[in-house]
Amino acid sequence: MNERYELNKNLAQMLKGGVIMDVTTPEQAVIAEKAGAVAVMALERVPADIRAHGGVARMSDPKIIKAIKEAVSIPVMAKVRIGHFVEAQVLEALKIDYIDESEVLTPADESYHINKWQFKVPFVCGARNLGEALRRIGEGASMIRTKGEAGTGNVVEAVRHMRNINAEIKKLTTLSEEELMAAAKELQAPYELVKYVAENGKLPVVNFAAGGIATPADAALMMQLGADGVFVGSGIFKSENPEKRAEAIVKATTYYDKPEIIAEVSEGLGEAMNSIDIRDLSEKDLYASRGW
Amino acid sequence: MRVGVLAIQGSVKEHIDKLKRLDGIIPVETKDKETLKNIDALILPGGESTAIGKMLNDFELKDAIIDLYKSGVPIWGTCAGMILMAKHIVNDDKVHLGIMDIKVRRNAYGSQLDSFTAKLSMPEVSKEKVEAVFIRAPYIEDVGENVKVLSIYDGKIVAAREGNLFATSFHPELTDDLSFYKYFLGLH
Repeated sequence: MNERYELNKNLAQMLKGGVIMDVTTPEQAVIAEKAGAVAVMALERVPADIRAHGGVARMSDPKIIKAIKEAVSIPVMAKVRIGHFVEAQVLEALKIDYIDESEVLTPADESYHINKWQFKVPFVCGARNLGEALRRIGEGASMIRTKGEAGTGNVVEAVRHMRNINAEIKKLTTLSEEELMAAAKELQAPYELVKYVAENGKLPVVNFAAGGIATPADAALMMQLGADGVFVGSGIFKSENPEKRAEAIVKATTYYDKPEIIAEVSEGLGEAMNSIDIRDLSEKDLYASRGW
Repeated sequence: MRVGVLAIQGSVKEHIDKLKRLDGIIPVETKDKETLKNIDALILPGGESTAIGKMLNDFELKDAIIDLYKSGVPIWGTCAGMILMAKHIVNDDKVHLGIMDIKVRRNAYGSQLDSFTAKLSMPEVSKEKVEAVFIRAPYIEDVGENVKVLSIYDGKIVAAREGNLFATSFHPELTDDLSFYKYFLGLH
């Protein structure tokens, strides 16, 4: 199990510095791959459409997932509902490369996330803060992403979550060993993982930014804030010119520290996706508060 | 000695951290033509070859790396890096740098569920068996006459050398052992 977990963390390491794009058809997957995506997330609907559509959002039809796997050579990820371990079993049977246990879908269990140690296939999970990230890692997640607020085209929540996680990591590194158990209690996180973070000044797994990234500058912002890479959901295929925007976001992610390149690729991209002020969303429409 | 690690995407930091452990080595992250000119060796890390290959083209780094190869600068590709160097890719119509006379197969072992670790025998690199991590790895199906096969695992070529080019289908940047770095940089 331990060797498998290491291999799963290792795959996430290979995705660093890259962009993972939501796609709903094989054609979109090919566009994403050509634009330089390091992986695609196979979905029936992107988060912006899930918001608009309402009702229960579930794992995608295996037929779509298989068609997308067939269409590209880069890793293919897919989402399952929080706590829905049978959807995860199905994706494992489809030999998916990574499972996202995602708050974007309607949770299937309000108390428990999936026990990810029972799977060979790797999992990525969302987090708003360090405690949440370490709880997910404690359950076997081999990659973390910020939750942000998916489908809004508004990066503010992703920024908040990334800053939270980084500030809490920094704080742990200043504590003495006898303070760590109390810190673990406060973070509601496993002690061994708290100790790891305190000693190493980083999470034991890769941490991507996700939720609301819509422009090349958004992607570069998250990279400068310390993200290892970015997920872009609705931001690409709900925009006016997906090919161009996808490529621009990839370039801005690699050259996140070169403003002149970000400026160049940001030119003439057409309209970004429709966006939402988070304050206009009611409590039930906030995906980030799903899960614990 | 300044050793560049191509920093477009992938296991860049892992290589940098390994290089930092070697005396007399200055690791350099490189993603532009200027820094590429000023290095004594170059590592092409693991990652996604399609993504890295596209950026090599778009930012005109391809010719800069080919020039390094021609001037004899040692270049080492791990996993995706090996695919970037290959002259032939069996299951892809794109060739990236096309500098090493090897024929590679991408994702040759299957999906992430087929990723694995193995102990390899590689006498040129280490007397002991070395641990190797294969992540959605490629392997080499065939080599040109000037290519020396360095390791075979399960009937497939997983490491090779051709002049100043060195290719491994696995990731020495992910294991603790420094012997691959010492071999590549001639520090034995």
